[in-house]
Amino acid sequence: MLTARKLGKRYGDKRVLRGIDLDVALGDVAVVTGPNGSGKTTLLRICAGLALPTDGEISVDVTRAGIGYLAHEPLVYRELTALENLEMYGRLYRVAERRERIGMLLERFGLWEVRHDRVASYSRGMTQRLALCRVLLHDPQLLVLDEPFTALDEAGAALLDAQLAELRGERTLLVSTHEPDRIAPLTTMRLALT
Amino acid sequence: MNYVYDVGALARKDLLLELRARDTLPAMLLFVVATFVVFHFALPAHSSQLAASGLLWVAIIFTALLGLGRAFVPEREQRTLDGLVLAPCDRSAIWLAKAIATFAFLAAAEVVALPVFALFFHGLHPATVGAVALADVGICTVGTFLGAMAVATRARDLLLPLLFLPLAIPIVVGGVGASVVSAPGRYLAFLVLYDAVFGLLCWAAFEYVVTE
Repeated sequence: MLTARKLGKRYGDKRVLRGIDLDVALGDVAVVTGPNGSGKTTLLRICAGLALPTDGEISVDVTRAGIGYLAHEPLVYRELTALENLEMYGRLYRVAERRERIGMLLERFGLWEVRHDRVASYSRGMTQRLALCRVLLHDPQLLVLDEPFTALDEAGAALLDAQLAELRGERTLLVSTHEPDRIAPLTTMRLALT
Repeated sequence: MNYVYDVGALARKDLLLELRARDTLPAMLLFVVATFVVFHFALPAHSSQLAASGLLWVAIIFTALLGLGRAFVPEREQRTLDGLVLAPCDRSAIWLAKAIATFAFLAAAEVVALPVFALFFHGLHPATVGAVALADVGICTVGTFLGAMAVATRARDLLLPLLFLPLAIPIVVGGVGASVVSAPGRYLAFLVLYDAVFGLLCWAAFEYVVTE
């Protein structure tokens, strides 16, 4: 599903990744850990296709349509409602039975009642829930999740736990987190960046 | 057909954002009308039609710059460009949708501005209206492309005018020409050619602007 060899990335003189080897198979749950500035986000952006490595090679066996990327930012428009944001992404990803899928996700993540409210009025946790809806909307084969538990309360984190458990074995997950223990039961491989 | 569908979804989003935020069109409207009012008093009475035509085109270019400068602000402030770039649509659809939305704002501002210009100065020739419409296409296609380039830099507010104004010179030449000569066909054809050539270049090159 995802293979990287001697992957490296530098921004000008600053090297942020060096010599990363990675083999993630279909159904794997790969957890990336490391201190701040160790290159977790850069690695995930490269895997999602948003950045190019400056050294080494990477091969991802899914198209853009098969990737779901959760970034530090929710990648939704604050002036639009949750429904409008998901409608737009649903159209771009050609989601079959779009309205039903959006409704199901909003229900699951507890946003159905506020679906017509602008995202600007959401708390950080609600925005993160919406970002998760966006990532899951097109049922991607490869989920690249950068700190998915950020800003979630206990209920939100439990929802995400359940969602990840549901995806286990069926989808490939690449997750960076400062709480590796949280998804330890699901984890099939671990990459520690220094 | 899918491409049109993607452009429609993205343009709808940009129009909705403006409808909610209302921070581009009112600014463009106020600017262009204020410019005409100022020049109405600044230009000597009985100033020539040539001078007035020049003023019209300067006002249109700078009004457009206001809109172009705001075009990618939601994507920059909310960092949503990554989400759009990751979507499986042709990336030029992002550019085309932005250009269409900016065209809509510019055209809306001109619907008010052109009658004001006609009132304050020497009336308005139909060829001028045609030239403005053709120029808007070129302004929005090229300006949106450059706006996407500029938004990735720290000096974005400075870079956009520096890149855009030299490329807008042919538009001004064509627009002023079509406004003042008795047979404007040649100048209108020149604007059509500009739109076609630069539209095609921007369409083909946009992918390289938004990817690393």
